[in-house]
Amino acid sequence: MIEVSNLSKHFGSKTVVNQLSFTVKKGEVLGFLGPNGAGKSTTMRMVTGFISPSSGDASICGVSVVDHPKKAKAHIGYLPESAPLYDDMTVRDFLHFCAAMRGLKGRSGKAAVDSAIETCFLESVAPQSISTLSKGYRHRTCLAQALLHDPDVLILDEPTDGLDPNQKHEVRRLIKRLGESKAILFSTHILEEVDAACTRALIIDQGNIVADGTPAELRQQSGTNSLQDLFRNLTTKETE
Amino acid sequence: MFTIFKRELKSYFTQPTAYAVICIFLFMSLFLTFTLGNFIKTGDANLEWSFFFWHPWIFMLLAPALGMRLWSDEQRSGTIELLGTFPTTTWSAILGKYLAATVVWFIALLLTYPMVMAVNTLGNPDNLTILSGYIGSFLICCTFLAITCLISAFTRDQVSCLIISCSICVLLVVIGFDHVVRVLAQTFSEATTDAIVSTAVLDHYQPLLRGAVRIQDLVYFASIIIACLLSTSAILNAKRA
Repeated sequence: MIEVSNLSKHFGSKTVVNQLSFTVKKGEVLGFLGPNGAGKSTTMRMVTGFISPSSGDASICGVSVVDHPKKAKAHIGYLPESAPLYDDMTVRDFLHFCAAMRGLKGRSGKAAVDSAIETCFLESVAPQSISTLSKGYRHRTCLAQALLHDPDVLILDEPTDGLDPNQKHEVRRLIKRLGESKAILFSTHILEEVDAACTRALIIDQGNIVADGTPAELRQQSGTNSLQDLFRNLTTKETE
Repeated sequence: MFTIFKRELKSYFTQPTAYAVICIFLFMSLFLTFTLGNFIKTGDANLEWSFFFWHPWIFMLLAPALGMRLWSDEQRSGTIELLGTFPTTTWSAILGKYLAATVVWFIALLLTYPMVMAVNTLGNPDNLTILSGYIGSFLICCTFLAITCLISAFTRDQVSCLIISCSICVLLVVIGFDHVVRVLAQTFSEATTDAIVSTAVLDHYQPLLRGAVRIQDLVYFASIIIACLLSTSAILNAKRA
């Protein structure tokens, strides 16, 4: 479903993502781990077609993001890092707008919006203006936007960031459930999420993959049966 | 493109922006017509000098005020990332947003219709000349909006976008102003002065006020608008490269 091959991104002389290759198959939830600034968001932005890679390619359901961006983007649901929204709209209007941008208008648009509102528990705030929403609701509204067109591929940039423990739990459960029928790539730096939601995890550091495997394999690799130790051993610390 | 257009237009009217800009425009244009324009005394039935003459001076400040959020806001709030990952092109987003802003100005100009009714009741104007004045006025507005659109692609800060766009629009207006032309003529050769003055909007606007729709003026406005919109697309794409 997602096939990333030799993806690189340079900003000036700085290499942010270095020859990254990985695949995510249908029914797989890939956790994308790494310290801040490791290149997680940049990779995701390249896979979604928002920024173009310096070299390499990503193909979504067999469609190259570089060669056919419009066709590839139709298969992707994307939750950007800061969950950006149009503050002047109501939740329902915003979702209708996003549905229309995905070609879902009229009855099919309404059905898509209703089902996304239900999936993300937004019924109580649907008629409310986005500017009045709390962080948790903002995040879920943006997540709802990514689910509207029932995409084959979901790319979620820190979907649980800023949520309270109950909300985190709900979102993880949602990711796990959606992962049964989709290919999901999600980034996080909360290691417990790997166990809670992922079928596989990648750890990247300074643009390179430093570990790849199922949560159990990674734990074994650490020697101390702790993901945290593995993470700390493999990634560069800011204080060094 | 139509979806973006609809969203933008609605957002102008759910926020106070459009109302404020339209009200200030109506007030300023009528105020200048009756004070500096001396509308009553001169009996200017074609609205040429008393009414339309002032429009570029109002637009050079108000058009950037309406257009400053076009792309700046999108970049500041990060919603550009949503737009950029929808299955659409940058170009259709630019057109949708730009057209929505021009429609707000179109409405503002439509709302000056009492002036047209007044001159038709009081005198015997040439309504085609008035129409040509409206076309000129709308073209100036579209030109200033296109310039603002380009500047807003550069920065996420609305205030710097407003200041820079205003300065460019003010420059385009004043270099066609008589006093400035005289100063230019003293400093530069005749050919250089002509070249500089021909870039001024007033130089291409005044024939339209007199009812002369000339191809060269339309080409002037169209080329600035198209160049600005194309550059906007180039800037936005370059930022994501």
